Amino acid sequence: MTTKSWRETVPGGWITEAGNALNYKTGDWRSEKPVYIPENCINCLFCWVFCPDDAILVEDGKMKGINYDYCKGCGICARECPTKKKALIMEDE
Amino acid sequence: MRQKVTLTGNEAVALAMKQLNPDVVAAYPITPATEIVQIFSTYVNDGLVDTEFVTVESEHSAMSATVAAASAGARAMTATSANGLALMWEIVYIAASNRLPIVMPLVNRALSGPINIHCDHSDAMGVRDSGWIQLWSENSQEVYDNTIQALRIAEHPEIQLPVMVCMDGFIISHAMENLEILPDQAVRDFIGEYKPQKTLFDLENPVTAGPLALTDSYFEFKRSQAEAMIQAKPHILEVAREFAQTLGHEYGLFETYKLNDAEVGIVVLGSTAGTAKVVVDKLRAQGVKAGLLKPRVYRPFPAEELVQALGHLKALAVMDRADSFNAFAGPVFTDIAAAMYGSGFETKLINYIYGLGGRDVGLDDIEKVYKHLTRIADTGEVDKRLNYLGVRE
Repeated sequence: MTTKSWRETVPGGWITEAGNALNYKTGDWRSEKPVYIPENCINCLFCWVFCPDDAILVEDGKMKGINYDYCKGCGICARECPTKKKALIMEDE
Repeated sequence: MRQKVTLTGNEAVALAMKQLNPDVVAAYPITPATEIVQIFSTYVNDGLVDTEFVTVESEHSAMSATVAAASAGARAMTATSANGLALMWEIVYIAASNRLPIVMPLVNRALSGPINIHCDHSDAMGVRDSGWIQLWSENSQEVYDNTIQALRIAEHPEIQLPVMVCMDGFIISHAMENLEILPDQAVRDFIGEYKPQKTLFDLENPVTAGPLALTDSYFEFKRSQAEAMIQAKPHILEVAREFAQTLGHEYGLFETYKLNDAEVGIVVLGSTAGTAKVVVDKLRAQGVKAGLLKPRVYRPFPAEELVQALGHLKALAVMDRADSFNAFAGPVFTDIAAAMYGSGFETKLINYIYGLGGRDVGLDDIEKVYKHLTRIADTGEVDKRLNYLGVRE
């Protein structure tokens, strides 16, 4: 929640600060959520590649789970997950 | 350095655009504005301008491409009329909200239906609250002068708003008139080199244009946008003063004609002001103290200045070449009546809707309005607020 006066806004609503989507947690838009099942995961990172936000947590080249602060529940990760027994499945929120 | 030429309004605008030499023009043809971009496209073909000319598939795309080009930091223009403007509608608002200094000639034509290609102001009045500055023109000279000034107004660092330059379809756009023009170089000197305040092409300073702003910030952006319009008036006049040094033509927020000592007056936009001036002269010769006010800058609406100029009148008719269909009055009347309210002046106000769909407005028609005003001035009573001029009863 910003508390800036209208006098401090950038004219025309232009965003001049790169990467400031981090300041806006959009995860509460979600109606379905991806659930991570580590035992099925082969760490191909397709989910990380396809995620249109920045919601796949990766450490040392390994899948570590979902950042629900930003995941909007689009389901692309679960669809793209290539393993026979899926490592990502969508559940109702 | 001036040169006399004979041009139609559309030719005058196309010439002004050639002299402005915009980086991008994206346009779709629509009567009666078609000629502007048609003529301009020949300048592009003949290498007389440096413009990237984008032939798009609709007016929605024309305005979208113009917005995109302006966001990239280009001088961008388009032109349209009536239903074309209506199809642009969504993006017209975005151009203003994103504070893009776009210039768009608008050749005023009736909105459908029934389908009609002739002049009225329903197109411009529909977007009067879209956040664009609106300049209005009485003849080819004014539309040429306004088009050149519009670029400077739009690009003024304190304004940064799009400007539409209005002229009456066919009556101005297709009628030959004598006018004075500037040499290309004088126009280029007047507008100077464009240094955009923001551009998507600055890779060192990446920006996002047109993002989302919800309940916690949308209102602040709109308030900021409103302020640009509130503060625009002195800058518009500053550009006019500078322009006067080129061709010697002086412009204000509006033009008055024999208004100072008038008892009855009319407010009218565009070409009809020329007709009305002839009637004023005739009535003055008969001893009637008639006067006229022709708005030039309709947005921002110069409320205080209009009230000061009109308040001494006993009776005033505001002419609207568009109906609001609100069972009250037309748009210009509504604005002026609101501005007069609480001013302390007791001018009696009436509204005349006239000239819809290009219905001709003659000297006799305007004289009827002044006669009506004289009756009101004599009796002090407004018999009828909303009147229709020139419609068959």
